[in-house]
Amino acid sequence: MQVRINGKPQEVREGLSIAALLQELGVETRYAAVALNGEVVRRAEHPAVIVKEGDRIEIVHAVTGGA
Amino acid sequence: MEGYKDLLTLGKKQFHSRLIVGTGKYPTFEVMREAIERSGAEIVTVAVRRVDLGARGKGSLLDYIDPGRYTLLPNTAGCYTAEEAVTTALLAREAGLSDFVKLEVIGDPRTLFPDVVGLIEATVRLVKEGFTVLPYTNDDPITAKKLEDAGATCVMPLAAPIGSGLGIRNPYNIRIILEQARVPVIVDAGVGTASDAAIAMELGCDGVLMNTAIAGAKDPIAMAEAMKLAVRAGRLAFQAGRISKKLYAAASSPAEGKIDIE
Repeated sequence: MQVRINGKPQEVREGLSIAALLQELGVETRYAAVALNGEVVRRAEHPAVIVKEGDRIEIVHAVTGGA
Repeated sequence: MEGYKDLLTLGKKQFHSRLIVGTGKYPTFEVMREAIERSGAEIVTVAVRRVDLGARGKGSLLDYIDPGRYTLLPNTAGCYTAEEAVTTALLAREAGLSDFVKLEVIGDPRTLFPDVVGLIEATVRLVKEGFTVLPYTNDDPITAKKLEDAGATCVMPLAAPIGSGLGIRNPYNIRIILEQARVPVIVDAGVGTASDAAIAMELGCDGVLMNTAIAGAKDPIAMAEAMKLAVRAGRLAFQAGRISKKLYAAASSPAEGKIDIE
């Protein structure tokens, strides 16, 4: 099935949790956060939330910046 | 001054340094780390952006800035609505960066001036969510008051546009903001060189936040130290209380006891 991850379309397996997706993508999760269809997903819920067809997933972290 | 404590309180934390620095625009992570070290800053701003999924294994910011040592201040730079800014702050907190937020709701890409209506709305919402909100605002005393009433931890009026280096364009408004504020006032944006930072502190500001003035200097590490000293000097001068200005001279040597050579 297809989802959008950080603005780009991507094929993923069905039944994948957010936690599993992050692992497959190789994301260093320690200082990262996820929004699913515009809503922040709490870290504790990553293993329980299952990605669905057409979901928009944003994975963010800290980068350099001032203002 | 030994043992004298002049702490800046923001939310539940206290800081010795009154200089807050950004992490943007440095030539390398190594120069950034060294400059921040030399600035003496304890609070460091970061941005929140998408993870580059194609760039695994590259060094990341937090390999160079230890979140255990510095208080991270995630910003909502680039957000043009309260909604975007609130979601960005929530993501930053969820990422484990901080429950402090340098709140920016930008109104226009050319000036990067804040959209104060969106800013106040976002402040209300994030205060309700339990954030320590540090809003970047105009040098407008009315907005400053409204942000304070909305529960902002401090107010951060700009000295001049972000990255402009123009210095404090309206010291009179900053003075009015200072007179009425019951929360710390931190000048955010527009500082160009050390004297600008000193002037902000001499006016009575509680701190100065800057990025480009240090990162964009020919020698960022030396400028970081200059800024540290300027903020300290300005603070001390403010506390010491400057003399009043006079039009004519006032000799500081006695008029009596002069030799007579007539």
